[in-house]
Amino acid sequence: MSEELIQRVLKVIATSRRIPLETITIDSEFQQLGIDSMDAVEILFALENEFDISIPDEEVRSVRNVRQMCEGVEKLLAAKPGAAVQ
Amino acid sequence: MRRVAITGLGAICALGRNIAEFAGALGEGRPGIGPITSTDVTQLRFQNGAEVKEYSHQSYFDDRRADFMDRFAQFAVIAAREAVADAGIRWTPALRETAAIVTGSCVGGQSTEDIGFHEVYKLGHNRVHPLTIPKTMANAGASHISMEFGLTGPSFTISTACSSAGHAIGQAYWMVRSGITDVALAGGSEAPFSFGILKAWEAMRVVSPETCRPFSRDRKGMILGEGAGMLVLEPWDMARARGARIHAEMVGFGMSADACHITQPSAEGAARAMRAVLRDATLAPEQIGYINAHGTATPANDTTEVAAIRAVFGKHAGKLAVSSTKSMHGHALGAAGALECLAAVVALRERLLPPTANFTESDPECDLDVIPNHARAAEVEYAISNSFAFGGLNAVLALRKA
Repeated sequence: MSEELIQRVLKVIATSRRIPLETITIDSEFQQLGIDSMDAVEILFALENEFDISIPDEEVRSVRNVRQMCEGVEKLLAAKPGAAVQ
Repeated sequence: MRRVAITGLGAICALGRNIAEFAGALGEGRPGIGPITSTDVTQLRFQNGAEVKEYSHQSYFDDRRADFMDRFAQFAVIAAREAVADAGIRWTPALRETAAIVTGSCVGGQSTEDIGFHEVYKLGHNRVHPLTIPKTMANAGASHISMEFGLTGPSFTISTACSSAGHAIGQAYWMVRSGITDVALAGGSEAPFSFGILKAWEAMRVVSPETCRPFSRDRKGMILGEGAGMLVLEPWDMARARGARIHAEMVGFGMSADACHITQPSAEGAARAMRAVLRDATLAPEQIGYINAHGTATPANDTTEVAAIRAVFGKHAGKLAVSSTKSMHGHALGAAGALECLAAVVALRERLLPPTANFTESDPECDLDVIPNHARAAEVEYAISNSFAFGGLNAVLALRKA
């Protein structure tokens, strides 16, 4: 996973949840960050806009921490049309 | 305080165009859920809904009248017509002057607004239709009912998301009970199948990609529904005196606010609403035999509601029959509380408890008797109907077999 992708995800979470970027790491659990289900839905919306991806409901049910979120975004980016040539 | 009789019932929803069809589907455990047809769903993550099948206003309204009414207001009048006819009310000038109308709606005529906004934002038109405002307003249902029957008493609309109709019926019940009015028409109506509204629900990630399976372990969320339910409420003694058929007695209304979270349900808030209805009806928990649950089939609602029922009913929770008829008529939002109150009235009257349809697998966190898939013949004295809402404003109605 690229550091750039991680930083972009962290920034999306910080902006959406309105918490300082430095309080979030790849190892943060949503619970530690005070992210509830509605916060998570907002973050997914922001990630979809940031990365121009569509995140299916099925993919997000078990996501509980930042690392899982980054991995999910990476997977969806790889599956994007034209991803291989970028 | 006066006893309150329910003398008129009216329904239009995915299960049918009248109470007989509605009750028939509930008794057979037959869901009205299917592919959404009233709007293009190719750009949506979900494809299914509980629509009124092949609805056309022309069966109910002439074109010019329909011009003034969003679909949700049409449903309100259709259900009100059936309820009033069923009650056999003879309108006198005095009765018309004091008759109350209390309706619930969550989105009101936003489908009309959606069309208007599409025209200005997307199509670049410089104007929207001049009837957009009167068709969109959430009180249009109550207003059109008042004009339909010439009723001039206290009339208003309550919008408390998915509890709207529960609150509306409860207010009407209190108005009749306390003597403010001698007849009330109460219920809710909704028609949310418009692309913009569906997109907003999609974004919440609470809508099932397949069907609605309340309390089932594999539940994947709610299925949106539409329609209207209306009831005629009047003082018990007056109903008896005029020889009206009494479907059931309304015996209590309880409300609470979660004061917790704008979308996440609270077991404590739900429990307080159920305790409030028992208090209002002066009933002991052990007297309740059936609960028509809010039962949306979202992971959060169902476990929270079961926890709340266990908190209120204690050991008796194991003896309660609980079902979610949203599994059949979908989640009709501001009409949900009315359709579900009607389902409970019909259950008491027919001595047949409607099932939770589409149930496949028990969930240890929803370990109540949820009447899976098949209706059950049972003589129940008292039932309650739960409505819990986004925003945490809860309404519970209590009914007694007539």
